[in-house]
Amino acid sequence: VVSVAWETEGLQTLGIVVIVCASVKLLHLLGLINFTEDSIDDEQEQSMVRHRPEALEKLEAQTRFSKKELQILYRGFKNECPSGVVNEETFKSIYSQFFPQGDASRYAHFLFNAFDTDHNGSVSFEDFVLGLSTLLRGSVQEKLNWAFNLYDINKDGYITKDEMLDIMRAIYSMMGRCTYPVLKDDAPRQHVEMFFQKMDKNKDGVVTIEEFLDCCQKDENIMRSMQLFENVI
Amino acid sequence: MAAGVAAWLPFARAAAIGWMPVANLPMPVAPTEKNKRQDELIVLNVSGRRFQTWRNTLDRYPDTLLGSSEKEFFYDEETKEYFFDRDPDVFRSILNFYRTGKLHYPRYECISSYDEELAFFGIIPEIIGDCCYEEYKDRKRENAERLMDDQEDNKDSKLPNMTFRETMWRAFENPHTSTMALVFYYVTGFFIAVSVITNVVETVPCGSSPNQKDVPCGERYTVAFFCMDTACVMIFTVEYLLRLFAAPSRYRFMRSVMSIIDVVAILPYYIGLVMTNNEDVSGAFVTLRVFRVFRIFKFSRHSQGLRILGYTLKSCASELGFLLFSLTMAIIIFATVMFYAEKGSTSSKFTSIPASFWYTIVTMTTLGYGDMVPKTIAGKIFGSICSLSGVLVIALPVPVIVSNFSRIYHQNQRADKRRAQKVQKARLARIRISKTGTSNAFLHSKRNGLLNEALDLTGSTEDERHHNKTTSLLESQHHHLLHCLEKTTNHEFVDEHLYEQNCLEGALQNYTSRSPSLSSSGGLTGTCCSRRSRRKSAHLPNSAMSPGPPHGLQELSAVHIHRSDRPPLSTSRSSLNLMPDEAMRLNCKSGQITTAIISIPTPPGTTPEGDGHGPPSPSVQTTAGSSVVKVSAL
Repeated sequence: VVSVAWETEGLQTLGIVVIVCASVKLLHLLGLINFTEDSIDDEQEQSMVRHRPEALEKLEAQTRFSKKELQILYRGFKNECPSGVVNEETFKSIYSQFFPQGDASRYAHFLFNAFDTDHNGSVSFEDFVLGLSTLLRGSVQEKLNWAFNLYDINKDGYITKDEMLDIMRAIYSMMGRCTYPVLKDDAPRQHVEMFFQKMDKNKDGVVTIEEFLDCCQKDENIMRSMQLFENVI
Repeated sequence: MAAGVAAWLPFARAAAIGWMPVANLPMPVAPTEKNKRQDELIVLNVSGRRFQTWRNTLDRYPDTLLGSSEKEFFYDEETKEYFFDRDPDVFRSILNFYRTGKLHYPRYECISSYDEELAFFGIIPEIIGDCCYEEYKDRKRENAERLMDDQEDNKDSKLPNMTFRETMWRAFENPHTSTMALVFYYVTGFFIAVSVITNVVETVPCGSSPNQKDVPCGERYTVAFFCMDTACVMIFTVEYLLRLFAAPSRYRFMRSVMSIIDVVAILPYYIGLVMTNNEDVSGAFVTLRVFRVFRIFKFSRHSQGLRILGYTLKSCASELGFLLFSLTMAIIIFATVMFYAEKGSTSSKFTSIPASFWYTIVTMTTLGYGDMVPKTIAGKIFGSICSLSGVLVIALPVPVIVSNFSRIYHQNQRADKRRAQKVQKARLARIRISKTGTSNAFLHSKRNGLLNEALDLTGSTEDERHHNKTTSLLESQHHHLLHCLEKTTNHEFVDEHLYEQNCLEGALQNYTSRSPSLSSSGGLTGTCCSRRSRRKSAHLPNSAMSPGPPHGLQELSAVHIHRSDRPPLSTSRSSLNLMPDEAMRLNCKSGQITTAIISIPTPPGTTPEGDGHGPPSPSVQTTAGSSVVKVSAL
């Protein structure tokens, strides 16, 4: 009988405890009492960066594009990026749309870093147009400089084999899987070896800007292909 | 390549310079633009509203109308703009597609008009953006269902040459098709009601014999009830057998729910007949009688609401399952708690957990019979929690079921409303009048034209001719067109009255066909008959009749051509009558008839309509015995 009495008592207490907890929770729900600090989640909205480019005349002076060309460029730019700046994700997605078979995100990453000259994580229209100006209207020297800058991932003035391998892998990954002949895994590495054989004159394992410029200017193919996109705009 | 980012293509090409130094092979030559145009604004005039955009914007999608050279067809030299005679509101969405790369579907737009515009401008609807695609698909599905309903209703119109079996099946499925079906429908309904009421009344105690307690009526008037039961079961059996006979797929019919209900409803009777002698199983037989109540489900053939309810419950099976599961969980939890809470109190009814189930169910559904009540404080606390949670748990899935039911019910309402509207004679009449308006005008002018000729011949007054010149240029061109068609087909337009008269006259007289019967599907070819006439000979309309868009109904079952034996003497006229619902009738006034069944869809707006002809012009008469072929389309 005692045990039964204990059971009843126990359950009674349990019942009362349940009631009390439920009512407290209800009051908390209704907002009448706050016993924990409400951590309001900071809205994770991206800071709506709005960037207006410099005036048309200024850009015209800085780059080698005419006013009309700048207008066309800006219209396309603003269409894709209404906020005025491109962040890396958008950049990757835009660039990937041109290469549907493969994965262009790696190469886009390097491109982004090449365009983002002030390294603030976003490419504004000025960066964009300055980069394009070099690529399309610059002298061969400037183009080669730009390419070197692209390959030199850590911007220390030397292209190491690892950096080149990264770049090469990125380029090859844009090809995708379905290629002819079938893409082998060490193709990038082989290509890097060839590149270094050609470029690295003093065989010190890195390619400096001088070696690079020197070698490229001697190579007819490269010189010719640099002129290829003269009239893209 | 994604055309949406076409503006970035120059950038992508420029960035390709990054590959050059690592390349070992020479690059291919870049394509040069033949005529490099400066980007220019082009003006698109859509029904008066002018849209302007860059040419490059439109060139992003070269496989559409605006992006290709197809738009040059719409170029207006004088105003130097592209003119499209289309809906400017929908064009907004289409132009935005070029601008942003995303196609949106505006909600207020009618789905078929939107589809038409998309088709015109060469844009496939699949590229509608994710934001609007769901809505688009929903509306499209609704539209397709509606069209299917319409088609089914059209199919209801009697098809010729249905076998007896098919007729019966149709009569069973749609009682409205014929009077016999309706009678059958009501008779079965009546007998179902009678049977159910009999079953109910059987158990009512009626009148007590002095020595015993009240006997139920069933035992008092055994014979009467047995006769009633027999009669009902016989009707049901006959009905079931007829349905079984008429069903197009007997196996499928036997598996369907309604037939199972039918069988279950009548089986107890037959089992009872077989088993009355055996005393042992008669107890089981009594239980079988309970299945007679299933006869009430036969009413679901008669009541659409019942069917909808059943369909709803079926479609909400998952919600119901969830409800059941959550209820079971709660019942078990609370029953356990209540049992242990009430274990201590004396003379408690909560003798075991399953015994507490009853209390929990009664409490959760807020029934509260009061045969079991908790006495301890803990029991009362948990009991109240139980009843509160019961209200919540049951209230949650119910709105889902209700909304499902409501949606299905409204769909059915819509279908019914539409069907009712269709039957409305007024609407049909209005449509017919509007269609015959033009044809009447044509025939009127034709008659006047003939009259004019006659008048010319007789040299009558001029003023009668004047008031016939009121037809506008458009009308006269239309009339000219219809006239050309008549000349082409050597048939004429007559009005419906005359046509129906002819039908009645010569209906079904002669079935022998001398000439080969022609049947074609998808178009009309073939000659009707070679009837000699003074003016014209009748031909079936050749494909100049424009059989219509491929999606219309096209049935040309048989064209039987008959020639009468009489020497060809007189003229005859054939009439091209158009029923509003797309059946073209060819009618030749004839002494002998044929039956030809042709139904051609009338392409919207382009069909020649032929109807009422006034009194036949005196120069064209039919005489009996002409070898005229009447081709009637059903």
